[in-house]
Amino acid sequence: MGARKRDWPAILLVAPAAAVFLALLVLPMIVVLVLSLGDRAEAGGYQAALTLAQYANLPARWTAFKNTLVMAPTGTLICLVIAYPLAYFLALRANPRTKLLLLILVIAPFWTSTLIRIYAWIFILGGKGIPALLANLGFDDIRLINTPFAVMVGIVYAYLPLMVFPIYVGLEKLDKRLLEASADLYATPVGSFLQVTLPLSAPGVVTGCMLVFILLMGEYLIPALLGGGKVFFVGNALVDLFLQSRNWPFGAACAVALVAIMLVTVTLYMRVTLKSGTMRDQSLI
Amino acid sequence: MDKKQFMHELWRYKNGSVTRRHFLGVTGLGLATAVMARAMPELVGTRPAVAGTIGDKVSLATWPAYHDPKDFEKFKALTGAEVQVSVFGANEEFLAKLQAGGTGWDIFVPTNYTISTHAQLGTIEPLDLKKVPNYDIAAQNARQIAEGTVNGTVYAAAKDWGTTGFAVNTDKIKDNPTTWKEFWDLTRNKYGGRVTVHDYQLTTIGNALKYYGYSFNSIDPKQLAEAEKLLLEAKPHLFAITSDYQPAFRNGDAWLGICWTGDGKQLNRDIPAIKYVIAKEGGEIWTDFYAIPKSAPNREGGYALMNFLLDPAINKNECIAHGYGTPDERVLKLLPKEIIDDPIIYPAADILKPLEFGAAATFTNKDRAELMARFKSA
Repeated sequence: MGARKRDWPAILLVAPAAAVFLALLVLPMIVVLVLSLGDRAEAGGYQAALTLAQYANLPARWTAFKNTLVMAPTGTLICLVIAYPLAYFLALRANPRTKLLLLILVIAPFWTSTLIRIYAWIFILGGKGIPALLANLGFDDIRLINTPFAVMVGIVYAYLPLMVFPIYVGLEKLDKRLLEASADLYATPVGSFLQVTLPLSAPGVVTGCMLVFILLMGEYLIPALLGGGKVFFVGNALVDLFLQSRNWPFGAACAVALVAIMLVTVTLYMRVTLKSGTMRDQSLI
Repeated sequence: MDKKQFMHELWRYKNGSVTRRHFLGVTGLGLATAVMARAMPELVGTRPAVAGTIGDKVSLATWPAYHDPKDFEKFKALTGAEVQVSVFGANEEFLAKLQAGGTGWDIFVPTNYTISTHAQLGTIEPLDLKKVPNYDIAAQNARQIAEGTVNGTVYAAAKDWGTTGFAVNTDKIKDNPTTWKEFWDLTRNKYGGRVTVHDYQLTTIGNALKYYGYSFNSIDPKQLAEAEKLLLEAKPHLFAITSDYQPAFRNGDAWLGICWTGDGKQLNRDIPAIKYVIAKEGGEIWTDFYAIPKSAPNREGGYALMNFLLDPAINKNECIAHGYGTPDERVLKLLPKEIIDDPIIYPAADILKPLEFGAAATFTNKDRAELMARFKSA
């Protein structure tokens, strides 16, 4: 027996989460890794093999990776730019009643399925929606649906609340006395914002960006519905490879590549934000 | 236990001195409840799996705009089982999901040329025809149901048949296209951004092959390479790659697109300017079937729904709603004259003549599968 007493409560507390991670994350990842080294069976599916051919074929999905790697960070940035002022207003400027109302309005969309809300955009952006309105104003033949623009609208619409909340929570916790102190020390409002509010809200911003970016990298639904099969993300390529062309090994290789890209990006991102100093003494997430 | 003891225990329970479990245990109420629950299952709210009933839901995997929802309501009124519908746009998806397992489907709708593959891979089971008395094989058009039978065993019961042509909005397109050649040329030139193609390799690649006059089913690498070139050229000019294209036509976004009979009929019925064209060079003729997956969790429910939908009186409603043809002569007799005479649903024999049935080899061909994947991800 070891000298240290086992911390049973801690083990029991962690056990359920560990079991879930093992069963639903680690094991499936191993399956995907094994699949990615195989061959496509004659009638589709998986055939055992030990080859890196699927990885060598990855450039064939360059467009899907490019679309994802351009649109996920862009979507994250647009969400941030829109969410920050809103979160700031909610946390520091709104009176309690307006604040409650606005918070409910931010949450309200979650009461309906994302699928239905995104489907609704098909009609808003479709020929009889906004383009018809614009045609009345003299802008003829404007097409919105099934374009990268439509996909971006859907992304910002769907992911905005995920950005608003972490930033709001961060700003809400902000000690208002610090702002008074900075004002007492002759900081201008802009100076106070830049030197006090912004750095202290950084953890919320980092969390929000991570949340949105990571989910966006795996996005499938929005490009499928608002991109008309023409704005292809890696998620769409995966669904196609597993369900239609039935090349599971190549699909698995694409999935592994996506996970690898995300691990690298997220690690870099954490490094940079931790190093920049704004995160000192702040717990991340 | 006498009355006094019982009241004592009840008070202890109410005061919170003992748990509910203790209370139910010492008073014997827990045991009594358990016995009652077994004797009268209705009390605990789950429906008993008594023979003759089919549970409370049947899961159907089918194609877009392919049934009359009222028929599902009738089925529910008759059997108590709700029909849960999932919609797919390509036979490849049926196969992939069944191969992966755990679909939960009790019945699905594969197309003629895929049934032998399903039978071979063991994803569907031979039909127990005793459970589908409404499927009268003698009353069906023999050619149209031929592929439901594999090596003398009936694996699938015919649902309906149709063609794959294209829909054209004649308010917007005055060029009167009648061939696949014109279809693809108009796509790449005049009507860029207004054309849809199926998210389905058989028809999208098949009709690109027809541009060059090749067989719809070709798996010749050289011919496929030409089709790929055409598809990649056309892609930037497409409005969408989707098998659920009715909304795009109804919204006025799409003016031209690869189209199945029934979608053509449904669109034409609501918007007469949208015409359905069977291309002169040919294209696809097909029959869709009902089949039972080997993995069906509610096999009896699947059979019950199949039998119900093939009842000629119900099948008639289905045909009127979806606008496809029926291979069942009993249903033909029940259908109104304007449907039997409708040139979209029942085209003249000489128009059907150049059409081809899909081939099993086309379905499983690796090159076609990968070509489609490249086209979509380009």
